[in-house]
Amino acid sequence: MDLIQLQRQLVDYRTSLYHEGFLDEQFTQLQSLQDENNPDFVVEVVSLFFEDSERLLNELSKALEQQIIDFKRMDAQVHQLKGSSSSIGAHRVQKLCIVFRNYCEAHNVEGCLKCLQQVKHEYGIIKTKLESMFQLEQQILNAGGSIPV
Amino acid sequence: MSGNGASSSSLNMISGEDVVNNNLTALVVDDSPLLRLLHDIHLKKYGLKVQVAENGKVAVDLFHLGASFDLVLMDKEMPVMNGVEATKELRAMGVTSMIVGVTSKDGPGEQQAFMEAGLDYCFEKPLTPEIISILLEELNKHNKKD
Repeated sequence: MDLIQLQRQLVDYRTSLYHEGFLDEQFTQLQSLQDENNPDFVVEVVSLFFEDSERLLNELSKALEQQIIDFKRMDAQVHQLKGSSSSIGAHRVQKLCIVFRNYCEAHNVEGCLKCLQQVKHEYGIIKTKLESMFQLEQQILNAGGSIPV
Repeated sequence: MSGNGASSSSLNMISGEDVVNNNLTALVVDDSPLLRLLHDIHLKKYGLKVQVAENGKVAVDLFHLGASFDLVLMDKEMPVMNGVEATKELRAMGVTSMIVGVTSKDGPGEQQAFMEAGLDYCFEKPLTPEIISILLEELNKHNKKD
């Protein structure tokens, strides 16, 4: 695939992520902060999001396996996940966290379990999509091109 | 401008103006490494010198040690010492920095309780470039008056 085609593919792919609700304008804000002084800013922030999310999803899974569920602690963890997903524009994950917090508040175990599965699913999707996008960007850079805005 | 509890709506909305200032210092207080990085880079783009703290106690300790900052971005929910407690403590110490609370988008009373601790402004996180511009305009005006 030539450079122009790669760049076009990236633009189309990025557009689809917004159009399908995976990303929101916060991701655009993130990209606007990247410059020659911070050339890897977006990748760094998104990597932190991946680390945060995986740790929190792990902790939430363990919390829901306990005999006595600490809903307050779970709520704090979902709150963190909501904050970091909102900060990178991971729109679907963020929206599910709002629902998840409501179930934590209501001490609804079934609701929490269902939400956790949904969040894990959406997180898996956005992680794959962002990694694909970064790979595409790297291919463009390797081909000597620049990333289209 | 210290702990007068102004709401975000009382800011003059001067949008679209870039404010680059190499003399201002900021402290970003947040337990999330992601938010710390985000706000750190954001403020640095405007020329501020930025330090970060992972909770309210670290922030308060910095001030106890004699550090001073023009702007403090204070997350609300943090372990060890949360934003409300840290803000109250800083104001009780006589800190006159602009303290801006950053909260999540839930709880109607969330911002109000935080404001009452002594914030100058409170916004949803993460801060947008427009809000940061406006805050810096306010800081610059405040510094000119002194």
